[in-house]
Amino acid sequence: MPKPHRYFLAALFIALGISHVSDKIDPYHLDVLTGIGINIILAVSLNLVNGFTGQFSLGHAGFMSVGAYAAAAFSLFVGPRLLGYAGGTAFQQGCLFFGALLTGGCFASLAGLLVGVPSLRLKGDYLALVTLGFGEIIRVIIQNVEFLGGALGLNGIPAYTTIFWVLAFVALSVFVVSCLVNSTYGRGFLATHDDEIASEAVGLNTTHYKIVAFVIGAFFAGTAGGLYGHFKMTITPTGFDFTKSVEIVVMVIMGGMGNTLGVILAAVLLTLLPELLRPIAEYRMIIYSLLLIVLMLVRPQGLFNFKLGKAKT
Amino acid sequence: MSEFLQQLLNGLSLGAIYALIALGYTMVYGVLRFINFAHSDVFMVGAFIGYYLGKLVPENTVWGGLVVLLAAMLGCALLGMIIERLAYRPLRGAATLNVLITAIGVSLLLEYSGQVFFGATPRTFPAVFPSANYAFGSLVISSNQILVIVVAALLMVALQLIVYRTKIGTAMRAVSLNPKAAQLVGVNNDVVISFTFGLGSALAGAGGILYALNYPSIDPLMGVMPGLKAFVAAVLGGIGNIPGAALGGLLLGTVETFVNGSQWSTYKDAIAFAILIIILLFRPAGLLGKFTVEKV
Repeated sequence: MPKPHRYFLAALFIALGISHVSDKIDPYHLDVLTGIGINIILAVSLNLVNGFTGQFSLGHAGFMSVGAYAAAAFSLFVGPRLLGYAGGTAFQQGCLFFGALLTGGCFASLAGLLVGVPSLRLKGDYLALVTLGFGEIIRVIIQNVEFLGGALGLNGIPAYTTIFWVLAFVALSVFVVSCLVNSTYGRGFLATHDDEIASEAVGLNTTHYKIVAFVIGAFFAGTAGGLYGHFKMTITPTGFDFTKSVEIVVMVIMGGMGNTLGVILAAVLLTLLPELLRPIAEYRMIIYSLLLIVLMLVRPQGLFNFKLGKAKT
Repeated sequence: MSEFLQQLLNGLSLGAIYALIALGYTMVYGVLRFINFAHSDVFMVGAFIGYYLGKLVPENTVWGGLVVLLAAMLGCALLGMIIERLAYRPLRGAATLNVLITAIGVSLLLEYSGQVFFGATPRTFPAVFPSANYAFGSLVISSNQILVIVVAALLMVALQLIVYRTKIGTAMRAVSLNPKAAQLVGVNNDVVISFTFGLGSALAGAGGILYALNYPSIDPLMGVMPGLKAFVAAVLGGIGNIPGAALGGLLLGTVETFVNGSQWSTYKDAIAFAILIIILLFRPAGLLGKFTVEKV
């Protein structure tokens, strides 16, 4: 079995192991860990678009919200029909949740495709702005859809998210993204990032690569949204606004664009930081933003860019 | 018909404010090629300068209002130049993305400092200018709307004169066209960039006061939505293009007001982006921008 597949399986077993001892872990720590996991999925998937393929997207929270709503709607409206109102066994609930997450991912991918096809004609800042715009449009549409709860959001989502699901999807996203980028096919993403004109000159269909990156990135953003919704048990459209997209972008840039390990570390750090600064609650966001500025001045290549995650050539 | 005119007027006065903010985005983009996310928060600071100063000057007087307006412009110009000096200048020559993240950092810093120092609860902006309503048939024009349109028009004319008729304006255009070549012929890029920030931020400050006069509830996050829309306006007109920003702002303000008055009013915030996407798909460089093909 190839090495990445072994790592993936090992990660799944670790996730199972941790979920078995999860009732011995402090609930607060478990919550923080869940938050970290969800952010890792978001950052790693955005890294495929922003880092590896070099397409600056500012709409990741939009895809996350599509996934969160689709998954929540699945378990709220489809779930009771499949399992009956008694709720079903733990195994059935697990299967239902898996289905909900996949539904969320697929809807988000679909949104990614819809956004990607027209907007990927644009470059740089224009692309960033259009993705930002799509994110906002998605938010406003959800706000106006009655059966999704409108501006009040969806409440009473079953709390299916366990530490196992979070860790398993973290492993899956890291596995898929790194295998994809390190495959022969995946070199196309890096080529698109490095020099679009040169890639086209040697016959690569860069639009194809951009759209694939967008769709896969959106898929994982969608599953992260599903996990988030079933963790918080309530979702509102304003929870997935521009600020959330920026937060994910910051993780990617801080980790060093196109460096999966760095991005994971950055996601961990940026989730922990507000928690660590909680005692000085009033000033913590000021410190957070100051750190961001100072970091860009001192380490513009990203905090964790030690060339660790680079593939061998 | 009169309802149409009324909405058009409301739209133009909102659009004039968007245009003022958009000019700052577009000028900074012109010389530095990056989105200055902190611009919308300079706009917010402008409104707060007006709020605190408005308590000191007598209310409802023209000179009091003008003092507040000029002070806010001056304060914002200073703030913009300080931000440029401390946060952006050390990054000159760094990747655009890093500057972008720094800009986001500065934006968050201003917003959260605002929440700590000004308080997060909305404040009522004092009526610093005298206000009255004039009725022409069924058309009602408030003096604030006239003020907004007149001040915005004057500032835009002044800006046009600065950019096309003065030495520093010529230098600004030179830097925007080619920073290296400008430096070679003796333009001090740092001074020009600092001046550009000052100018753009002063316009944002004026925009902040005018916005607060028409929508007199201000809070530290008030800049986010208008800022985003003004940026959309700048891109709509073709970013880096000064008349484009003005056109984009007016267009956006008008369309938004009409949508707000229709049955689709809940989609008001989405409409700006929908227009943007449609226009960019057909004219990728904006309405007045020139589309250039990258040469190898």
